[in-house]
Amino acid sequence: MTKNLHGHARFKISGDRSILAVYGTGVDQAVNDRVRRMATLIGNQKVIGIDAVVPSYCTLSVHYDPLKIGFDVLKNMLLELESRLNQADIPEPRTIDIPVCYGQDFGPDIEFVAHHNRIGVDAVIQMHTGSAYHIYAIGFAPGFCYLGGLNPRLHAPRLETPRVLVPAGSVGIAGAQTGVYPQASPGGWRLIGRTPLRLFDPERLHPITYQAGDTIRFRSISVNEFDDLGRIETP
Amino acid sequence: MTDALHIISPGSSTTVQDMGRFAAYHMGVPVSGSLDDFAHRIANWLVGNSSQCAVLEMSMIGAQFDILCPADMSVTGADMRLHVNGQPHPQWTSIRVHPGDVVELGMAENGCRAYVAITGGINVPVVMGSRSTYLGGRVGGLAGRALLAGDILPRGEGQVRDNPRSLPWIPLYPDKIFIRAIAGPHDDWFRNSLDQFFSSGFTVTAQSNRMGYRLVGPEIRRDPDAPQSIISEPVMPGNVQIPADGQPIILLKEQTIGGYTNIATVISPDIFRIAQARPDDTVQFLRVELDEAHRIYREWREFLKSIESLLMDGFSG
Repeated sequence: MTKNLHGHARFKISGDRSILAVYGTGVDQAVNDRVRRMATLIGNQKVIGIDAVVPSYCTLSVHYDPLKIGFDVLKNMLLELESRLNQADIPEPRTIDIPVCYGQDFGPDIEFVAHHNRIGVDAVIQMHTGSAYHIYAIGFAPGFCYLGGLNPRLHAPRLETPRVLVPAGSVGIAGAQTGVYPQASPGGWRLIGRTPLRLFDPERLHPITYQAGDTIRFRSISVNEFDDLGRIETP
Repeated sequence: MTDALHIISPGSSTTVQDMGRFAAYHMGVPVSGSLDDFAHRIANWLVGNSSQCAVLEMSMIGAQFDILCPADMSVTGADMRLHVNGQPHPQWTSIRVHPGDVVELGMAENGCRAYVAITGGINVPVVMGSRSTYLGGRVGGLAGRALLAGDILPRGEGQVRDNPRSLPWIPLYPDKIFIRAIAGPHDDWFRNSLDQFFSSGFTVTAQSNRMGYRLVGPEIRRDPDAPQSIISEPVMPGNVQIPADGQPIILLKEQTIGGYTNIATVISPDIFRIAQARPDDTVQFLRVELDEAHRIYREWREFLKSIESLLMDGFSG
């Protein structure tokens, strides 16, 4: 059983249709886990009048219909749920394995990242695959994960001029962050590799296969494996 | 499924939109949907559709298209000088159209966004629970993009009506708009500038789109003890962000989380007023408290219901 780390949530009004519940501050895995568990618990209740639950780092937003549920009732319900959070049966976060072909055409900036940190390309791959990355939040773009846990020896500045088109699946580093571009888009991250998996596909039953609070691990694969795995649908 | 429209010229940015995609925020997929949900609803009701049906949303410059099947059509929202077969035609009313008819919409003369509904609704595939186009993520609508010349759009099942319907008045969009907003969620960091925010006029800039409206006006400063930026939090349509330059951005329907502080949030019944604002229009925020906002919301929904029964009366199907 986990302790109640931060007392109960603080609530903020974000317009006439949503309440913002604040469970702590900063980039903190324990707080983020509390957000994840609350989001799951609220979702499981299927409360009439709650339209959506959106988690982020240390806050979650509950969208509601004021014709169906009042602000105070909703707030009290969230407090009540929080009080039994520790007893609630909520699945543990999952670990998602993401195969990445590092370097070559897939990761044109891997030498830069190596050089910048005065290490070899092999060490970049070893360190990048050696960490577990916590998904703090999903947003900015469909399926895009805000990940924590990048080895400080892999930090690298953004490109001065962003690329016009970064292919879908590209794995990059920007400052202290690492992440995957689920869709092709312009971007300024230093690219070190690419996954053949389609992380986001709106046509699938499950457009993404991970959620905030889960853990991502990268695994190094060869070009041949990249081509083979490219035919598989989901991670 | 019947082919209904053939696009001759798409206008500046024409997209398929319904009421939005409500259950995908947690995947980073925003609500999308018609920015002016009032004009969206009226357009559908005029042709006997449920408000959930998909319509075409046109911004500033309207589209030109051929009609491919018999149907009722309506155009609401911005005045885009509707012409059918070269003849001017009023908006906010239903029109019977026939194969071979040519519909033309021009430059918006009043307001910014026009909505075109057709019997049965625009029938593109439902993606993640909605037909709405999310331009930034290339999701939904027609191939996730704005329409192009040559596109063909089918319509859903639906019956044409026995007699035409009209909204009994023509909504006009003034160039100075007042929108009601609730302080927060980060009003604590704007204690010294909240009064200034709610008493100043701001000008709409050309950097305004479905994601948000950028305004210019007096610089809104954070309190000295407030953080420069915040760790990303969920955002709502209507949140008014204050970035480092102190110039407000009203968030609309293409964002799920953000890292700027929000001084106030526009109430949902007033969002359509922003959707119809044009560059150089003036926006002034009027402060309301949550209780009053919920009273306004309930009255707004009653108002919509009364229009729905007026326009849908006597129609079954």
